[in-house]
Amino acid sequence: MSNAQPGGYYFAPPSHWPVVGSVALFFMAIGGVLLMNSYGVGWVPFGIGFFTLVYMLFGWFGTVIRESEGGLFNGQVDMSFRWAMSWFIFSEVMFFAAFFGALFYARVYSLPWLGDIDNKLLWPDFATHWPSAGPYRPPEFSAMHALGIPAINTLLLLSSGVTVTWAHWALKKGDRQNLIFGLSLTIMLGLLFLGLQIYEYMHAYSDLNLKLTTGVFGSTFFMLTGFHGFHVTLGVTMLIVILFRCVAGHFRPEHHFGFEAVSWYWHFVDVVWLLLFVFVYWV
Amino acid sequence: MSTATHAHDTHGHDHAHAHDHHGPPAGFSRWMYTTNHKDIGTMYLWFSFAMFLMGGSMALLIRAELFQPGLQLVEPQFFNSLTTVHGLVMVFGAIMPAFVGFANWLVPMQIGAADMAFPRMNNWSFWLLIPAALLLVGSFFVPGGAAASGWTLYPPLIIQQGMSIDMTILAVHILGASSIMGSINIITTILNLRAPGMTLMKMPLFVWTWLITAYLLIAVMPVLAGAVTMLLTDRHFGTSFFNAAGGGDPTMFMHIFWFFGHPEVYIMILPAFGIVSQIIPAFARKPLFGYASMVYATSSIAILSFIVWGHHMFTVGMPAAGNLFFMYATMLIAVPTGVKIFNWIATMWKGSMTFETPMLFAVGFLCLFTIGGFSGLVLAITPVDITLHNTYYVVAHFHYVLVSGALFAIMAGIYFWLPKWTGHMYSEGLGKLHFWLSMIGFNVAFFPQHFLGLAGMPRRIPDYALQFTEWNQISTVGAFIFGFSQLLFLYIVISTIRGGAKAPDRTWEGADSLEWTHLPSPVPYHTFETAPVVK
Repeated sequence: MSNAQPGGYYFAPPSHWPVVGSVALFFMAIGGVLLMNSYGVGWVPFGIGFFTLVYMLFGWFGTVIRESEGGLFNGQVDMSFRWAMSWFIFSEVMFFAAFFGALFYARVYSLPWLGDIDNKLLWPDFATHWPSAGPYRPPEFSAMHALGIPAINTLLLLSSGVTVTWAHWALKKGDRQNLIFGLSLTIMLGLLFLGLQIYEYMHAYSDLNLKLTTGVFGSTFFMLTGFHGFHVTLGVTMLIVILFRCVAGHFRPEHHFGFEAVSWYWHFVDVVWLLLFVFVYWV
Repeated sequence: MSTATHAHDTHGHDHAHAHDHHGPPAGFSRWMYTTNHKDIGTMYLWFSFAMFLMGGSMALLIRAELFQPGLQLVEPQFFNSLTTVHGLVMVFGAIMPAFVGFANWLVPMQIGAADMAFPRMNNWSFWLLIPAALLLVGSFFVPGGAAASGWTLYPPLIIQQGMSIDMTILAVHILGASSIMGSINIITTILNLRAPGMTLMKMPLFVWTWLITAYLLIAVMPVLAGAVTMLLTDRHFGTSFFNAAGGGDPTMFMHIFWFFGHPEVYIMILPAFGIVSQIIPAFARKPLFGYASMVYATSSIAILSFIVWGHHMFTVGMPAAGNLFFMYATMLIAVPTGVKIFNWIATMWKGSMTFETPMLFAVGFLCLFTIGGFSGLVLAITPVDITLHNTYYVVAHFHYVLVSGALFAIMAGIYFWLPKWTGHMYSEGLGKLHFWLSMIGFNVAFFPQHFLGLAGMPRRIPDYALQFTEWNQISTVGAFIFGFSQLLFLYIVISTIRGGAKAPDRTWEGADSLEWTHLPSPVPYHTFETAPVVK
């Protein structure tokens, strides 16, 4: 790769992937709009868009991986990736902040206001309590117990933070065997978490009568845990890609930001879970 | 950072280094596949201008309807769609992309970098705007018509309308993704790609303002994404975030939206401050007065922007303590903003001033933005706002800060850098004509709206009481003068691109950032492949 000069910053050449990604999102958006408005034909553009997006992700990330393994990224490029990943995680923090904000607002302001004297004429029987599905024909439901599956899930995610660090140490020492073992364990813990999360949702729907439509409690519960679960899914997917790359012999003890970025993301997902455990399940 | 490398192949095969210095490839694929910050900046600016004309046409239709009381041209529902999409198109389609276009063109050149840190992602940030714009504008043509809720998308109204709302929400999602990726790119470029010797406190103020703007964008665009996601699930999936019957609260949306919305208005004005801070010293032929205080003032404005959102909702029934807090916090912003205004005036003080078109727009910005800032202070006073809320006074206020503020700064910046970008001088006579037409048209359009608002005319209503007629007619005449004079701007820009007197490398003798002192006019396709050393 002679076009990487010593000390040179690698600026990517022209690429068709961005336009492919935009077309993909356009089709997905059109499909999504149609589907949400009960036009079944929406599956067609949505499907086209989704598979185009997957194609784009494979192509684009594949290009970046080839560039990285080709030695095109010097220390300064590495630093760019570090800044970018940090700011991306900050943006994710703020995304969750919006939903935590909704949870706190509902508990601290809107429910007490709905239960106060001003609203007695409209809803005489409504008393503020948590969990609550609001004053209008609230269904009978129970909240999830913090000390059941959620506690196990907390342990699983915390352990996975340990195993991914174990893999990282092995990578830094050049110990492939422990790297792959630690990474595989992390992925398994992540998948186990997701399995338990699915079981928990089924339990909520069939036994607790706790649904997405169960007032503001159901809304905040499922949207917060759901978006977290979606992020765990992304995290596990990224860990699997990294595992394949480790098996293929990618990364070097002094050059492996792809690995580190995913482990940062994994720790971020971990921290969000701790906040969920405390504020959604526990208090 | 010693040298920079441009690779011109997609698979990492060997290529001769001589390829690095050729110009852009020909044809449409140049623009679709480009990773060149100048090409992407150009596309952003043209997109912005197209959206500006589109949003402007909607504004003229609104003003035409308001020329007389009663209903003449449009149905009330369509009128509401016009005000809504006009706002969204101007905020997300015209103003923000214009500033990102400036950032693309200028940030690498002003810090001595060869390009943006992530050229491919840079191109994606631009190309995401196209599907978003198609969704937004296409929503006029679906059953039920375009979103008619106002650009703030408040529930419960927005829960009830048709599929255009979903198109608007997904457009906002895509625009948000574009903004976040663009901001990460800009922030990384500034933090990591500066030339040797270009310390943070030596950066041109335009770079500083964009660094802070990018931080604000990364902090608040995800919050907007969260808010509109909740709207979407309330509409289609039975959640109760904004539904009091289920224990939620429509007011909650306003809080989350304005937590985004207030930093958003600084996102639209801080880069304008940056542009003006480049232009005024150049034409006063003096260094910017109080550089460090400008940096600190900009940072203070950014930090304060997170704790003032409640001033958009003084009338919804927040607790008195909340109203008081937001009132005082809002007034605090006048302090750093005043620092900036006084610094610009002090920069001009005893300078060797000339008034070419960029300087005219910059001085116009200074005068009119200050008026907008003062009317903002008026509205910040809770008891005053309670009578002025949702009147034309508010419309006048935010058009003074967004049109004669942000947009005038964009115009100033275009005239200022066009010689550097194209290598040609624009026509000074036509430029001045454009400025005076804009200045007069704008003030005739919007100054009377203060009176209308003070007299009680509500915004977003297609009809009004008879006593408001005269000022509305004057306002409409001004709006048409302002609107059509932008076609002159289009003509000036196109004729400058196609020809004109050769621009010297340092077009403006007082301009001292790297693109003027180190680079020829027009700038070559690739610049600073070897970083300059800044002393």
